[in-house]
Amino acid sequence: MARTVGFFTDTTLCIGCKACEVACKEWNQLPGHAPQFGDGYDNTSQLDEQNWRHVQFHERTTAKGGVAWNMMSDVCKHCALASCMEVCPTNAIIRTEFDTVYIQPSVCNGCRDCIAACPYHVIGFDEASGLARKCTFCYDRLQANLTPACAKACPTESIKFGDLDTMREVAGARLNQLRGQGMSEARLYGDKEYGGLHALFLLTDKPEIYGLPPTESAVLPSRNNVRGYLGTLVTAALGVAGAVFAFRERGGKE
Amino acid sequence: MVEHFVTPPQWEWYIVWYFFLGGIAGGVYALGAILRLLGDDRDAPVARLAFLLSLPVLAVCPILLTLDLGRPLRFWHMMIDSRTFGLNFKYWSPMSVGVWVLLIFSVFAFVSFLEALASLRGSRAPFLAGGLGRVFVIVGAVFGLFLAGYTGILLSVSNQPIWSDTWALGALFLASGLSVAAATLSLVTRLGRHEQSAEAKLTRADRYFTILELVLLVVFFLSLGAVGSRFLAPRWMALWVVVLIGTLVPLALHFSTERRVPAMFAAVLTLVGGLALRIVVVFGAQM
Repeated sequence: MARTVGFFTDTTLCIGCKACEVACKEWNQLPGHAPQFGDGYDNTSQLDEQNWRHVQFHERTTAKGGVAWNMMSDVCKHCALASCMEVCPTNAIIRTEFDTVYIQPSVCNGCRDCIAACPYHVIGFDEASGLARKCTFCYDRLQANLTPACAKACPTESIKFGDLDTMREVAGARLNQLRGQGMSEARLYGDKEYGGLHALFLLTDKPEIYGLPPTESAVLPSRNNVRGYLGTLVTAALGVAGAVFAFRERGGKE
Repeated sequence: MVEHFVTPPQWEWYIVWYFFLGGIAGGVYALGAILRLLGDDRDAPVARLAFLLSLPVLAVCPILLTLDLGRPLRFWHMMIDSRTFGLNFKYWSPMSVGVWVLLIFSVFAFVSFLEALASLRGSRAPFLAGGLGRVFVIVGAVFGLFLAGYTGILLSVSNQPIWSDTWALGALFLASGLSVAAATLSLVTRLGRHEQSAEAKLTRADRYFTILELVLLVVFFLSLGAVGSRFLAPRWMALWVVVLIGTLVPLALHFSTERRVPAMFAAVLTLVGGLALRIVVVFGAQM
């Protein structure tokens, strides 16, 4: 059944259990990489071809001098105006009947243009299959009217799933509730960026902290087309003029 | 300045060489076309040489691009929608545009190559004689210039820091492509001991291209602003030095002498500098 779906990830409820990561890998049969142990609890490091959910851990100093975790389960944003989809030369990246962004494995040829385009470092190149891969929003589960694996597994309902309009309402209400409780740093991310994301986030810090471009940076690759071509056109004119001048010039050993 | 968080696409040596050879193939064709249209009889062998060079260099390009794909056998998905079997063309995606330009330009390069071969044997293909022939090489030159420059636009039309922070990459690659093409033609011409007047013309043209490239290098760094500081790491600095040597030294040699050996040395330096430019731009943004 066609519908417009969305995630709402409330980072204030995330406990960093990584159940979403595990459920995602189980359902989508992603073996994952060998864990990388640094100085924190994050052994997944980033979103990529194997990690379609990634729980970020950010340590911060509170106003009272204590230490607090900012945790966020990151995922593909399924942007309404998707940079990856814009540049994909094979049309492998499509918008599904659920308004999500999906890379068709049977069409992708692994050119990786989408990877350079995604401003959320979501897509990774899978060496084994030769394909660009990312979160499918559990396309197969959506077709079976099931909740995506990550949202289903989240024990605190930090990850919520539903119709996008409903998610926006839930997110707005939660934002008002938190601000009403005095959490002035709470903010919503995803309602304005890239035409509206299909993965909304309630944050307690600046978006950049979480690897999310600030709203004013949410711009598409095609912004560089006109000026890029214009600059090249002027250079072509100057280059041809230089060649014409040089080839007509008399002198030297002629 | 735009702030993005982008995973590098792992475009590496195949792409670097494609950018380099695409610049030579397109640039050499354009120079051959201008020499044919404006040159005298003494320039005809060099114009012919340009057309003889363009196709073999161009032929390597689709091979490199195909090898770079994760699924090389699906290279045709770039042009044909594998679901509907309709044509794939997105004018707003330089990769899509580039594939078509490469295909169309190869037709021009192929025909001009055949014509040049025929002319080597003393005959001239009638369809490329006269006005029609002139129009043909002009249109081919436009596609050649596009091929030499669009690769920079391809990088810019992304969200990758550095590439997408400047509008000057297409212009820079084109200027460099023209310079490298002139150097290639000059080198092969001198190796073959062709007519000296054409050599001098190529050297003069390369002066303009190199000056244009140097100006665009400054524009490139100015447009990057603070983001350009990424290039201050020693390994990138070393490559930028090679780029500068590959532009400034040939320029000085062009102005000081037209003797054969220094001119060939200048051409080699230009080629090395052109390659270094693409290496530092492609790898420097991804590491």
